[in-house]
Amino acid sequence: MIEVINLSKSFDGKKILKDVSTVFNKGQTNLIIGKSGSGKTVLLKSIVGLHTIEKGDVVYNGNSFVSMGSNEVRLLRQDMGMLFQGSALFDSSTVEENVRFPLDMLTNSSMEERRDRANFCLDRVNLTNVNHLYPSEISGGMQKRVAIARAIALNPKYLFCDEPNSGLDPKTSIVIDELIRELTQEYNMTTIINTHDMNSVMGIGDKIVFINGGVKQWEGSKEDIFNVENEALEDFIFASELFREVRAFNRKK
Amino acid sequence: MFYHLGRYVLFLIRVIGRPQKHRVFFTQIVREIDKLGINSLGIVVIISAFMGAVVTLQTAYNIDMPFIPRYTIGLAARDSILLEFSSTIVCLILAGKVGSNIASEIGTMRVTEQIDAIDIMGINSAGYLVLPKVVAMVFITPILVLISMGIGIAGGYMSGSLSGEVSPAEYIYGIQYAFRPFYIVYSLIKAVVFAFIISSVSAYWGYYTSGGALEVGRASTRAVVTSSIIILLFNLLLTQLLLA
Ligand SMILES: Nc1ncnc2c1ncn2[C@@H]1O[C@H](COP(=O)(O)OP(=O)(O)O)[C@@H](O)[C@H]1O
Ligand SMILES: [Mg+2]
Repeated sequence: MIEVINLSKSFDGKKILKDVSTVFNKGQTNLIIGKSGSGKTVLLKSIVGLHTIEKGDVVYNGNSFVSMGSNEVRLLRQDMGMLFQGSALFDSSTVEENVRFPLDMLTNSSMEERRDRANFCLDRVNLTNVNHLYPSEISGGMQKRVAIARAIALNPKYLFCDEPNSGLDPKTSIVIDELIRELTQEYNMTTIINTHDMNSVMGIGDKIVFINGGVKQWEGSKEDIFNVENEALEDFIFASELFREVRAFNRKK
Repeated sequence: MFYHLGRYVLFLIRVIGRPQKHRVFFTQIVREIDKLGINSLGIVVIISAFMGAVVTLQTAYNIDMPFIPRYTIGLAARDSILLEFSSTIVCLILAGKVGSNIASEIGTMRVTEQIDAIDIMGINSAGYLVLPKVVAMVFITPILVLISMGIGIAGGYMSGSLSGEVSPAEYIYGIQYAFRPFYIVYSLIKAVVFAFIISSVSAYWGYYTSGGALEVGRASTRAVVTSSIIILLFNLLLTQLLLA
């Protein structure tokens, strides 16, 4: 479980996050939604500590992040996996080397064991026979899978995904979403996903946090999201023609 | 400027803090020596050969007086090559080639979140990415400088004898005349300092890039300009310290 308590963040005197508080539960896919520039990435990177926490706190299973020493942070990080928006694979390393990287760096297991674990993770994300290719030689969807395999290599307790669907076609997006959801349940991770994709919200939104202009404006489940009286949220949801039509159809009934 | 100086010092502390696994570290050093050092051998050889040739000819034309012995040409060429050209000029060239390479590589990793990906694993990204480059450069640059000295002196021999300005015998007598081995030591000390400046300053600019491709380009330019200027300043300083 991850609790976010009154988190604020500014850059160059400009407030980007304003007093965000919420809770993300274990074994669930928690979504942070909002339009581009609303502060999703800044929120996620503040939660994991890639941005220094300026005000407020993040509590990991009862342990306050701001009061941790650098050694505790380092240990906590070994329980974190993160999927970045552009996949962030090392482009001069092969697929297998990418997945093996955290194992090479942080474990004392033999080459054989590390290779087995990397292959297991690649298998788990349905990638085979790509071990010796470089990231530039595989498709965007495959890159995301490699990044997921790398993120789960050390069996993390927490998984963070920044726009896992960006740059993917709708069908591949669903496959990636489902994969993240399956892994979350399988390993009982606390998963937080940034997205602006309503299809993901409807597909895997166990818990949804809506932020707008750096402020949390609503949180709830996908069942409730259509009944909310919030102009910004409605704007966000019904930005797509499809959802407008669904709404019109429902109202006629 | 003080802001950058302070942040650079903190950056260096992070670079040397918490070393990684030796296995990983040594593989990386070997790779960096190859990428940054061996790959620069070609340009060092070409520059040094031409530099030696030109220095010898210019000296020959300048001291075209009957009462100065011809071997003085070999002596003067040797001293300029050993003292200045093979260390300072070669390192300025390396600042351009290696500096921009380091800054753009690390800068690209920053803007594509590869550095975040390393940090999130609890790995010291500054140490992991930068230390092998600094160690590799500090190790390989003095060797490149030594090679440059050899090639430069050979270049002078070639141009001197081909143009007929100084005969092989006179040149060889000249380069041995009143030879001070300390000049080589002095140059190697400079090479080590300059190598450290090139690798750490360029890595600093790359590491603190933010934005996109445009900023990576800017970081790379800044890396070359600042490391060159710092090299020139330290050249003055070290000359005062070591030769005065
Ligand atoms: N490192 C930074 N420095 C300054 N401003 C930033 C930085 N990162 C993000 N911002 C600003 O914060 C706001 C929110 O950005 P972001 O969290 O990336 O939005 P989202 O991920 O929701 O699209 C934007 O206005 C952006 O310009
Ligand atoms: Mg974002």
